[in-house]
Amino acid sequence: MIVAEPKPIKEVVDMVKDYNKVLIVGCKGCVTVCNVGGSKEVSILASTLKIASRKKGRDIEVGECTLERQCDPEYVKELENIIENYEAVISIACGVGPQFLSERYPSAMVFPGVNTKFMGGAIEHGEWSERCAGCGTCVVHYFGGLCPIARCSKSLLNGPCGGSNQGKCEISNDVDCIWDIIVRKMMTQGRLDQLLEFRPPKSWITSRDGGPRRLIREELVK
Amino acid sequence: MNEFKPQVVAFYCPNCASAAANVAEGMGEILPDNIKMIQVPCTGRIETLHLLRPFENGADGVYVAGCQEDSCQYVSGVVKAAKRVASVKKILEQLDMNPDRINLFNLSAGKGHRFVEVAYEMIGRLKEIGPSPVKVKP
Amino acid sequence: MSEFKAESNLEKILKAGHFAFTGECGPPQGANVELLREKGSHLKGCVDAVNVTDNQTAVVRMSSWAASLILAREGLEPNFQMVCRDRNRLAIQSDILGVYSHGIRNMLCLSGDHQKFGNHPESKNVFDIDSIQLIHTVKTMRDEGKFLNGQEIDVPPKIFIGAASNPFAEPFEFRVYRLGKKIAAGADFIQTQCIYNMERFREFMKRVVDMGLHEKCYILAGVTPMKSVGMARYMAKQVPGMDVPDFLIKRLKGAEKGKVAAEGIKFAVEQIEEFKEMEGIAGVHLMAIEWEHRVPEIAERAGVLPRPQV
Repeated sequence: MIVAEPKPIKEVVDMVKDYNKVLIVGCKGCVTVCNVGGSKEVSILASTLKIASRKKGRDIEVGECTLERQCDPEYVKELENIIENYEAVISIACGVGPQFLSERYPSAMVFPGVNTKFMGGAIEHGEWSERCAGCGTCVVHYFGGLCPIARCSKSLLNGPCGGSNQGKCEISNDVDCIWDIIVRKMMTQGRLDQLLEFRPPKSWITSRDGGPRRLIREELVK
Repeated sequence: MNEFKPQVVAFYCPNCASAAANVAEGMGEILPDNIKMIQVPCTGRIETLHLLRPFENGADGVYVAGCQEDSCQYVSGVVKAAKRVASVKKILEQLDMNPDRINLFNLSAGKGHRFVEVAYEMIGRLKEIGPSPVKVKP
Repeated sequence: MSEFKAESNLEKILKAGHFAFTGECGPPQGANVELLREKGSHLKGCVDAVNVTDNQTAVVRMSSWAASLILAREGLEPNFQMVCRDRNRLAIQSDILGVYSHGIRNMLCLSGDHQKFGNHPESKNVFDIDSIQLIHTVKTMRDEGKFLNGQEIDVPPKIFIGAASNPFAEPFEFRVYRLGKKIAAGADFIQTQCIYNMERFREFMKRVVDMGLHEKCYILAGVTPMKSVGMARYMAKQVPGMDVPDFLIKRLKGAEKGKVAAEGIKFAVEQIEEFKEMEGIAGVHLMAIEWEHRVPEIAERAGVLPRPQV
């Protein structure tokens, strides 16, 4: 899923400081799963904004709404008669949310309430880790089912580098050296010959480097 | 003299309540009247939003009275409560409000008098901090 | 390895069977040409080639190619270093053509320290290709006369290709295979990370020799003289893949006050003597960082002077 973290409250309060009627829109998708953008978090942010506003002797009106997903026009259109009642909108969905809202409601002042971080999964409750960089051409099968593009700080395809230190990446003891894991796994499985194969330079054309991406599935389009 | 009477909301679990009742009876002690007491089945059930609402409505302080970490009837309830109290402290800091306006106290059923003690302790702290800057229109 | 690949001084020395001796010189953190010339001057006549680092530890310095040219004009032969962190394949191939056209003939292909270590940690990193792919790129340009996309190069660069090896980094069992991978990709010479644990390195070299890697590639052992006990401790604890045996730290501690550096140099000289006799070792790479003025003394005592003229 897409993992996001809350923006600092000061930043969010500052974004909407000139507005008296603000709508907070959450999303029941990924951001609910990572406890940053669901209906609970919408309420917490609403309460926080009210406290901040009343502290200044004002009384901001805050609306709360949580859509099934903000990345689908089918759900975004549900805000049709609601959004016009507010001066500003804070979307606490991933980066797709505020953009879909802005596109559908061009006159709305849309602000992002979270910082979208990465595509990853839960290690345990409360901890998420990056797994996929969206390179567009998945090659994990060459590396024992693990991805060095997303998980190696240098995206090496013929790793490890000389900075691998007791299973950790040179940049931090909090980051595993994925190449240490890949090599140990494949050597244990008797796949040394695969590790010795030269992996040629990657084509980054299918990744973000190749330009903003689009996907059309002919068999699904009306 | 300081006329400020801090308005406080307190959450507590039945484990401590029974002790309080005993103490109150036994020592003739009473709780101050500016504390609104809310009993919950376990402090772990208190959501972050429940802790924020009192501040939204102008409360000067909030506290949670729960069990010792190793004697929570529901095992980890009070530990969860502590984390939520910590997150509300951070929110208060971000809003330039004193994080000491919210606290968690670990009590034990055996020391009932502490239940009343912490109430006065909170009030004492809040008198020093001052009234909440949150102004609620009637 | 029948004919010369680049005809650099280093290549000729190695090909002739002499024990090679290379040094290192880091470019300044500014356009301080005088300082660079001064540092380089100590190495003149003592080494066969000088490594010129590329934004070492992700700290911005005068570019490696520019510093290489300046040192070349002073009569030194540069080992132009390039890291994969700061350039994409376009800039890489472009710079290879550029340096070659200015007479540079040796190139060391490295991954590069992550920019988080350096003085611009917020920068975007590149890593379009990795160090092994970089070796392959230079080899393709040189031997096939083609760019990575298969297009022909009108005048291909003839470069003597170098790479680095860290024998003690983890996973340790894989290191000799990774060295083999670099050689298979086209590395002509290898410089190892600085060695202190001679016994462990001997074991590593045994495996290297068993695999016949020393016959496909010239291997130079890295030596960095210890200046102080503090330095030894730092290397032991803070540098990944560095194996500093306790006895060495004890030996430095045991030295008379003010004579620790001298003891460090003594150990380095002993190492060089041993490397001269070690099977599979074709030379030594001396990294006396910011200590260039001691290189002539070390070279003299290690008996590698005068450098052979080829």
